[in-house]
Amino acid sequence: MNTRFLEKEYDYVKPATLDEALDILAEKENVKVLAGGTDLIVKLKTDALEDMDIMMDINSIDELCGCCINADGDLVIGATAKISHLEKNDDIKAAYPALSEAMHAMASVSVRNMATMGGNFMNASPVADTAGPAMCYGAQVCLKSKKGERTIDATEFFLKPGVTAAEDDELLTGFVIPKPADNTGAAFVKIGRVKSDIAKVSITAVMEREGDTVKSCRLAMGSVAPKPLFLADIGAGLEGQKMTEELIMKTADQIRDFVKPIGDHGTTAEYRKEMSGLIARDCLMEAWKRSGGELA
Amino acid sequence: MSKHRITLTVNGEVHRLTVKSNELLLNVLRDRLHLTGAKYGCGIAECGACTVLKGDESVMSCLVPAVAADGWELTTAEGLVTADGELNVVQEEFLEKSAVQCGFCTPGMVVASTALLRENPDPTEDEVRDYLRGNFCRCTGYHAIVEAVLAAAVDAQNGGRL
Repeated sequence: MNTRFLEKEYDYVKPATLDEALDILAEKENVKVLAGGTDLIVKLKTDALEDMDIMMDINSIDELCGCCINADGDLVIGATAKISHLEKNDDIKAAYPALSEAMHAMASVSVRNMATMGGNFMNASPVADTAGPAMCYGAQVCLKSKKGERTIDATEFFLKPGVTAAEDDELLTGFVIPKPADNTGAAFVKIGRVKSDIAKVSITAVMEREGDTVKSCRLAMGSVAPKPLFLADIGAGLEGQKMTEELIMKTADQIRDFVKPIGDHGTTAEYRKEMSGLIARDCLMEAWKRSGGELA
Repeated sequence: MSKHRITLTVNGEVHRLTVKSNELLLNVLRDRLHLTGAKYGCGIAECGACTVLKGDESVMSCLVPAVAADGWELTTAEGLVTADGELNVVQEEFLEKSAVQCGFCTPGMVVASTALLRENPDPTEDEVRDYLRGNFCRCTGYHAIVEAVLAAAVDAQNGGRL
């Protein structure tokens, strides 16, 4: 492994328009997309990428780099919008705090000045910090190819480590994230060895409150499964229940018992499992508090 | 393998270069422009030794294909010094507070700290530590570095050059 140089040889192309980029994806083989490069270049250096003949830099495509609230009040994030710009965006901070927190918790500022949410999704690591918030906020992933465009729910986007539902000729163009309902509280909690490390385990909760009961709850975890894990049933199980500290404890135990993480360098499976319950407790309490709720 | 004509503005100077598609920005800065401030540490953006400024934002030059940096305006630690050799307030305070031991992380630390103070002129100690979490130092234990950045913030607010 040589991280000083890129030994691999390839052609570099930088399409100026989306059409041009989709042409390249349709016509050429073994194209890899360069957005921020914080995963792609590392993979090239560590020989984790087998086939790449063409590196396609999508940073000149103007319509991919923005972030705005659309006419429906939903959040639209372009594929090449930088994580550091998104985490500081006032709309995201106010309405999607779990996403903003997850972004701020990633790596270091210099990496976040380069990295993108599109890249975090296409890299499809089970650890991906933006995946949990995206799944819990109901994000739609926008894919485009010469054949047309489609959206896919974030909960269905990840298939296994490094593999997504996007076809080889499809470009991830961005995300549309619905406006959260009133009385929604959300939080993201992650444990790493030091703050700049990837997560040993992470959790997101997005909860809608009605009086003292849970109207809806969506939960997701990172680093406990071969892909970012959406805990559909455990979240749905809280619906209609009166929120109490006991309910949070019970749910946290349920999460700890449900997940089946693996151990790897630096973190044992047992540790991940124990911490899952612990951070679930913190995360649920914080989300409930932010929804305006009190604990009975 | 493709070759490309690119333009880099580094420390105010315009360079027109032909680069191979797999050349890295860090190596172009060091080996072709002879700006050795940015260092090769880990090569995978974990240590921060290669930090440079793109505009006023810090980036890790070890992960940037040089061709992708076409048109960028960059500043390395060398570029924080004026033509007549005057250091900026961060560099001054690193010397003043003895925030340098072996010196290998220092150019990256100084560049990242300058980016911090340009974005946030009055950071708390926690904000300094959080901002510098991607810049590793194996000598100082960070205390003197944090002190230097906080002192530089005061200097800059009193009119010192950042």
